Amino acid sequence: MMKNLVILGAGTSGTMMANHLVSSLPKKEWKISIVDQYKTHYYQPGFLFLPFDIYTTKQVKKKGSKFLPKDVNYIQEKIDLIEPENNKVCLANGKELSYDVLIVATGTKTVPEEIEGMKGPKWYKNIFDFYTYEGAKALRDKFRTWEGGKLVVHITEMPIKCPVAPLEFAFLADSYFKNKGMRDKVDITFVTPLDGAFTKPRATEALHYLLEEKNIKEVTSFNIERVDYENNKIIDYGDTEVEYDLLVTVPTNMGDPLLERSGLGDDLNYIPTNKATLQSIDHENIFAIGDATNIPASKAGSVAHFEAEILTENILRYINNEELKEDFDGHANCFIETGGGKALLIDFNYTTEPVEGTFPFPGVGPLRLLKESRMNHMGKLAFRWIYWNMLLKGVPIPFVDAKMSEKGKQLEKTQ
Amino acid sequence: MKKIIADREIDVNEEGYLVDFNQWDKDVCAYLAEEQGISMTEKHWEVVEYLQDKFQKEEPLSIRGIKKSGVINIKEFYSLFPGGPLKKSTLIAGIPKPKSCI
Repeated sequence: MMKNLVILGAGTSGTMMANHLVSSLPKKEWKISIVDQYKTHYYQPGFLFLPFDIYTTKQVKKKGSKFLPKDVNYIQEKIDLIEPENNKVCLANGKELSYDVLIVATGTKTVPEEIEGMKGPKWYKNIFDFYTYEGAKALRDKFRTWEGGKLVVHITEMPIKCPVAPLEFAFLADSYFKNKGMRDKVDITFVTPLDGAFTKPRATEALHYLLEEKNIKEVTSFNIERVDYENNKIIDYGDTEVEYDLLVTVPTNMGDPLLERSGLGDDLNYIPTNKATLQSIDHENIFAIGDATNIPASKAGSVAHFEAEILTENILRYINNEELKEDFDGHANCFIETGGGKALLIDFNYTTEPVEGTFPFPGVGPLRLLKESRMNHMGKLAFRWIYWNMLLKGVPIPFVDAKMSEKGKQLEKTQ
Repeated sequence: MKKIIADREIDVNEEGYLVDFNQWDKDVCAYLAEEQGISMTEKHWEVVEYLQDKFQKEEPLSIRGIKKSGVINIKEFYSLFPGGPLKKSTLIAGIPKPKSCI
């Protein structure tokens, strides 16, 4: 009898898994299905560039089914419930899918409703997010005619998808308003719940000059309690207030409500997952990947890419009754736009702080870690092509390994 | 590095957080609290116990977690440990500073 592998979510992780598994599972024994309610696949890193008219809307969205292999059963439908004790998934149209192995790749979403006053009458008037297509586009339209004032770039709480994006946003805003000849009319403040602007202490130390250079003010350890949208200020639990004319916030990120409905999520609806094997903690035939997990790695496409290779191997091991490999090390690498056509590249994992050095070739580069360069910026822009044409399809990216390489880097362990 | 706390040599990191939880006891706790300008009340002890329990279960600490803890609400948490409540309370509880660095 045919066995069923079901993937929930056809975003970055789900699409990569479908492509990996279609070529590694025996076709005669396994049927692969993938479920997603949306037709459109967004290039989410592009949302950072959309507000500044660097990317067009067309560059960040495509039809999702284009990236799925033909031999995979693609179901465009909302998912109602996962029933782990019956090994089945219930869809909103009343149909049921039985599974032998389930992969949860339902990602993370922004939930502005978590903070009082955020998604109120001023939402998309002078309070915006840029983590959704709608938010990024609305903000682009706002920026085109904005005459200046206090711009506050704000993170609500951690963890968030792509932890450095808010800072990149502040850097790009600095460039954007400089180019428009109105930087003197815009006051930029970066507000974070962390005790530094960067999420890792090593990077904070090495990169603090960027904030000074760009005249971006910083408010740290700010845990927001509410948005006072009538008086245009955000207020934290310690009663600190920050005034804004334009608030660009990253709302609370949470896993899909499906996980809460199915009793599979933690406080933030993320699925408890073994951080080295990617098997769910509570059910041996449920695996999780990407932003949907609770593992202490960055929520980012590069992490999902590294996870996908290891998860593919572990699924093959699981169905062959072999021991799972404890192989995932939390590897992430990401470009950080610093504005003015330059970018930084950082590379880190569970135990190693972002390091200086060169990448991907030790001692050669061409990309330099933790140093601003034009080449890194080109790399970031080129990544959009890599994403659509290689990454989603599971084509290995040359010279970049799932496990972090320690060659050519000046390492420093985290405590 | 070593630091003299409550007449004893205790191992701490650069930021003053205990490196070895086994060296923690109530005297150490009260000493560290005093350094932060806090005098321990029953409510403070309750929070410290909650944090240590979470730490021992390897559950991450966050402001959201405090909200749901049932031990204390966030306003009270701020008034008990003014400034950086999570940073100060973990220091006093002898556990590592929470890394919400993900």
